[in-house]
Amino acid sequence: MTPSLPPIRPEDEEIAETSRPAGAFDAPAAGEADPARFDYLLRLGDDSLILGQRLSEWCGHAPALEVDLSLANLALDLIGQATHLLGEAGRCEGAGRDGDALAFHRDVLDFRNCLLVEQPNGDFARTIARQLLYSTWQHMLLERLSGSSDRFLAQFAAKAVKEIAYHRDLAREWTMRLGDGTEESARRMAEGLDWCWRFIPELFEVDETVDALVVRGAAPDPRAFEDEYRAALAEVLAEARIEPPAGQRPILGGRRGHHSEHLGHILAVMQFLPRTYPDATW
Amino acid sequence: MSDWPLWEVFVRARGGLAHRHVGSVHAPDSKLALAHARDTYTRRLEGVSLWVVKSSDIVASDPEQAGELFEPAADKIYRHPTFYDIPDEVKHI
Repeated sequence: MTPSLPPIRPEDEEIAETSRPAGAFDAPAAGEADPARFDYLLRLGDDSLILGQRLSEWCGHAPALEVDLSLANLALDLIGQATHLLGEAGRCEGAGRDGDALAFHRDVLDFRNCLLVEQPNGDFARTIARQLLYSTWQHMLLERLSGSSDRFLAQFAAKAVKEIAYHRDLAREWTMRLGDGTEESARRMAEGLDWCWRFIPELFEVDETVDALVVRGAAPDPRAFEDEYRAALAEVLAEARIEPPAGQRPILGGRRGHHSEHLGHILAVMQFLPRTYPDATW
Repeated sequence: MSDWPLWEVFVRARGGLAHRHVGSVHAPDSKLALAHARDTYTRRLEGVSLWVVKSSDIVASDPEQAGELFEPAADKIYRHPTFYDIPDEVKHI
């Protein structure tokens, strides 16, 4: 029997090497329309951008000077991540929008962040609760994303996962101290967790966008680490002597642009300057 | 948070150098003192290692005794390594 394909010649290998990044033949070429990848990049980018903006609201108002710096550092890490992610989203879209255009010239309905990150800071305990729930999830996601078949996502995740490990650890430490602190700090920590808990299910939702990336090995299926996530939270809460909040009705929709009323207020502050003075420079 | 103890922070700029005192932070305990030191003093790649020590654990010399402790060294120039050549390879002296 003769083989149905001609033998591979050295020049064929050369063509193969240069045709797609890292020999990932299934990955679409740069510039090729890829709405799912664009959407996925927006989700990650908007999560980081909105949480970073939220945390930066603490600047000058935190309970202590040192905490002020801690929270500002987290915010800067996240905004740095958003710069990379939204920049890549713009390149992926190929419509001439850069990271700034995506951050400052989209309206509420076009944002793809999860609802958890847009929740108001509340008191310090609620901010820590939000950080614990998000950073724990983000860390587990990035750990897996660093093995992505998508070269950008893999490289991004490998770098960002170190920053997020610190975010997660800091949130854990504070959760334990507030929960296992005074009567008042324990009550506030429990209330903070109670407020944020209903936004967890959205983090593990799988829709067409996630599916499309999972199929090509570009993103992990979040459901695969939901048990691990719940166990990690249970461990921290046990250490903090806090009862996990009782089952709540999940609230979903952020990934489709259905946001709470809070996001509009964030955007009003965040987007005011570049919209009012479009040519402003440093 | 005014009841948080004070911690002295020491940073090692890079391998081979000693930790240097850079300042202090307030924190409720040693773990958060390290976190606060990290967030306050190593934001611009200043270090590769951190020490924090509770300020109250540092035993300091009494300024009143400065005369008897330090002045006797003033006229002993032979203790300075200025009477022989230091090879170029020797750093940080």
